[in-house]
Amino acid sequence: MKSDLKSVGSRFSDGLIFQNPVTVLLLGMCPVMAVSVSVFNGIGMGLSATFVLIFSNTVISLLRKFIPENVRIAAYIVVIATFVTIVDMLLQAFFPQLSKSLGLFIPLIVVNCIILARAEAFARVNGVFNSALDGLAMGIGFTAALIAMSVVREALGAGTLLGVPVMPPGFRPALLMGLAPGGFITLGFIIAAMQWALNRRKRKGKL
Amino acid sequence: MNMTTLLSLSLGAILVENFVLVKFLGICPFLGVSKKMDTALGMGFSVVFVMTAASAATFCLNEYALTPLGLGYMQTPAFILVIASLVQLVEMFLKKAVPALYGALGIYLPLITTNCAVLGVAILNTQKELDLLGSSVYGAAAGIGFTLAIVLFASVRERLEFTDIPAAFEGFPIALVTAALLSMAFMGFQGLQVFK
Repeated sequence: MKSDLKSVGSRFSDGLIFQNPVTVLLLGMCPVMAVSVSVFNGIGMGLSATFVLIFSNTVISLLRKFIPENVRIAAYIVVIATFVTIVDMLLQAFFPQLSKSLGLFIPLIVVNCIILARAEAFARVNGVFNSALDGLAMGIGFTAALIAMSVVREALGAGTLLGVPVMPPGFRPALLMGLAPGGFITLGFIIAAMQWALNRRKRKGKL
Repeated sequence: MNMTTLLSLSLGAILVENFVLVKFLGICPFLGVSKKMDTALGMGFSVVFVMTAASAATFCLNEYALTPLGLGYMQTPAFILVIASLVQLVEMFLKKAVPALYGALGIYLPLITTNCAVLGVAILNTQKELDLLGSSVYGAAAGIGFTLAIVLFASVRERLEFTDIPAAFEGFPIALVTAALLSMAFMGFQGLQVFK
């Protein structure tokens, strides 16, 4: 597959909008909901997943001719688990605070469906460069969705962004947004907004 | 572990800290296979089964292999491999021994490998430093909590099929808002900490 500029562009528009892992493919929802309480956590989770996506895609693409068809899923999981362990240890060493607040959800990147899905659907059949690029694009899409979620939830739930107060004085934070139901509601409304925009575009195209 | 601790552990996993609605573990199958009641039930039972077995298996692995050898950092890859092979084993066993149950659960079993609630419960067991009995009970209770949530959710979604929903909210958005309401209801159990 030749990788000219056009396909690079479409990789990114796919990752960000048309095939956004969270809002369109609905993959890897658990960390999205659990972590998006604050923007800082959201960015940390997004970057960790991006790191794992890029490297697991690259390695799986490199090994794609050597991995036997029958045990490929197990092989992919081992590759992914290796990189997740690396991320886990790096975070524990250099960002202990972040590592503590993301907690369980760092090791759980292993079973994040996005990563296995990209290995199975993309890295298995494409070259190294394209696979790494796909990992980057999907990772950016995942991070963007996380940031969108966490901006809404942190602003409404705590009245801050990245810890800085942004709401006018007298604003009373809606505690609900920071709790579990807030995660479901916010994601529901974000997906509804995207569906509304896409429907409108379709209708305008027809008229 | 006495009865009271076990009871409060299971009540906690089922109601107070429901794995799906409060802890956000296992959202993918929760949203993916909750369109019909019978598939939701099938998925739920498979999860209870696998979670209980996985909790016991990963406890033994951690206690007798990883900790004595000082291989704590291999926890994530080791656990996921054990869970994947356990799921495969359960599938083969059911196929031979209980074909009727295999027919009912068959397609859901492979999906469970990537259910983060299973790996989640295994890691939580080691974090909580539970013993073998405690781990198994916690695993089973977490699975029951998952089943409770997905069955409730499926019964609501079956009714959603026949309602008139704004175009933008069709499909997943309305399901997510429904899940939010369910989750809010489960918040009501927060006060239920009699045993702690």
